[in-house]
Amino acid sequence: MKKNATGRPKQKFSVYMKKYWQLYAMLFLPLLYLVVFKYAPMIYVQIAFKKYSLVKSIWELPLAGNHGFEFFIKAFKNNDFRYALRNTLTLNLLDLFFGFPAPIIFALVINELCFKRYKKVVQTIAYMPHFLSWVIIYSLALQLLAPNDGLVNMIIQKLGGNAIPFLNDEAHWIGSYIGFGIWQNFGWGSIVYLASIAGINPELYEAASVDGAGRFRKMWHITLPGIKPTIVVLLIMSLGNILGGGFDRPFAFQNNLVMRVADVIATFVYRVGIKGLQFSLTTAVGLFQSIVGVFFLLMANFISRKLGERGIW
Amino acid sequence: MKVKSSADKAWDIVFVIICLIVSAMCIIPMLNLLAKSLSGVDYLVRNEVYLLPKGLNFNAYTTVLKDPKYIRAFFWTVFLTVICTLLSLTMTTLCAFPLIFENLRGRKAINIFITITMFFNAGTIPNYLLMQKLHLLSNPLVLIIPGVLSVYNMIIMRSFFYGIPDSLRESAEIDGASFFVILLQIYLPLSKPVMATLALFYAVGRWNGYSDALMYMRDDKFYPLQLLLYNIINNINQVEVATQEGFSAPGLSASLKAAIVMFSTVPILCIYPFLQKYFIHGVTLGAVKE
Repeated sequence: MKKNATGRPKQKFSVYMKKYWQLYAMLFLPLLYLVVFKYAPMIYVQIAFKKYSLVKSIWELPLAGNHGFEFFIKAFKNNDFRYALRNTLTLNLLDLFFGFPAPIIFALVINELCFKRYKKVVQTIAYMPHFLSWVIIYSLALQLLAPNDGLVNMIIQKLGGNAIPFLNDEAHWIGSYIGFGIWQNFGWGSIVYLASIAGINPELYEAASVDGAGRFRKMWHITLPGIKPTIVVLLIMSLGNILGGGFDRPFAFQNNLVMRVADVIATFVYRVGIKGLQFSLTTAVGLFQSIVGVFFLLMANFISRKLGERGIW
Repeated sequence: MKVKSSADKAWDIVFVIICLIVSAMCIIPMLNLLAKSLSGVDYLVRNEVYLLPKGLNFNAYTTVLKDPKYIRAFFWTVFLTVICTLLSLTMTTLCAFPLIFENLRGRKAINIFITITMFFNAGTIPNYLLMQKLHLLSNPLVLIIPGVLSVYNMIIMRSFFYGIPDSLRESAEIDGASFFVILLQIYLPLSKPVMATLALFYAVGRWNGYSDALMYMRDDKFYPLQLLLYNIINNINQVEVATQEGFSAPGLSASLKAAIVMFSTVPILCIYPFLQKYFIHGVTLGAVKE
């Protein structure tokens, strides 16, 4: 082997290639995939600044008005987009506020269980919702929450209450949406925290016990500080995603009665872009979303470093 | 070892009860669905079905099994899931393995090239226009190729490969083994846990995904199960099975929907508990990037 002490092999290129070509051959398909499916679409981002037309090639399209920013201005004047922007922020912030702590709390509770068998069964059950698709979760929600024949409303009515329109009334819909988000993720999200708890030095707990610390003091002074780096990293990623968010969940949960609070950017782009063929407008919206996303991520990372925490890079 | 105080024991019980409630909340929706799928129409119409089936029968299931559209979608999705999982695992391995060699020239540049795609996505419409340009719209390949590599999963695999001692491959290199041989005979046999985890991730992603089909697939012959399910739940193409059989009673359509949902959930729910010890490790690897 021609590896020298400095670590950097100073071989002739031909000698190097004779051995290493195989690694490049392996990388060929994955990198080709990234070029075609991740980088090539970036060419089309320019239609955000141009007037799209089906008959012309994208390089020949005329520049949009207002120095190319016509469609960004149009988007912000569009009421549907303003709703979608507001809803994206609201739903993501609610998810952050209620959904983010749920796996942490669950991990702390699981960690306190002393029967190993029981612990494992509870974990397996708690991971289950993560494996259901949003379409299925929505159909479960319908079966549970439907006004007449949903399980919850059947019980409410039996107890003499009035049926609650969980999925058909704006405020209740938001609650159901956030609730099922927590339901889907609390177990799965706890895996990372449990792993991080397992990495805490057990001597810390023993020392605290000797000093007379109870269960909750240990939780507060050892476990939580122990998993703080993990919490911070995941928090940064959530903050970076505050204007992002997937398509599957909101789209599956939407219905016509609640569109004013349920339409988010991803579903707006689908409806107005792919269904409504307003390509330039929705590309502008997508670009805006991407840029703000990167900006938020950098900001969150920067702030966390300023506060003396580890960033994500 | 240590003696627990009675207050401590009380808290133990409190935690057990909390977990019991949480588990119940996970299971009850599924139980309710199962009960509805197995119940008689009369009981459903009268809203009498809670967690246990009443008037036990399998009519809903036999009706669903007789529906060619549903069966077709089911097997098509199984096929898609298997193909996608195999291709994705291959691509992920081919991408992750070379990147663990520090001697690989250009490794840093390649890493940056790959990482950028995690932070910046061109967006829905540019992706759509690309599919159009590549003539993939309504082509069944569109459900396979665009999702064939996940950079996130690649990073998990790479972290796993880093954990395999360098000495193993170095001694093989000295013996003159080629990189393909090292990958196939040293790394792959040691990588069962990460392969199982990523196979599960890819398979679940394909099985549960519907947005790509919604956007790119116009031909309903190639609809995956979840999209068919979406249309059924939202009554987009009517519940054909129900109308075919000449039933339009709301009770039956409720039990049919429940049966269809059960069918499309059960395969995954049967698999994941057996892979639990693997995927826990995989998720943890993903969290400690680099």
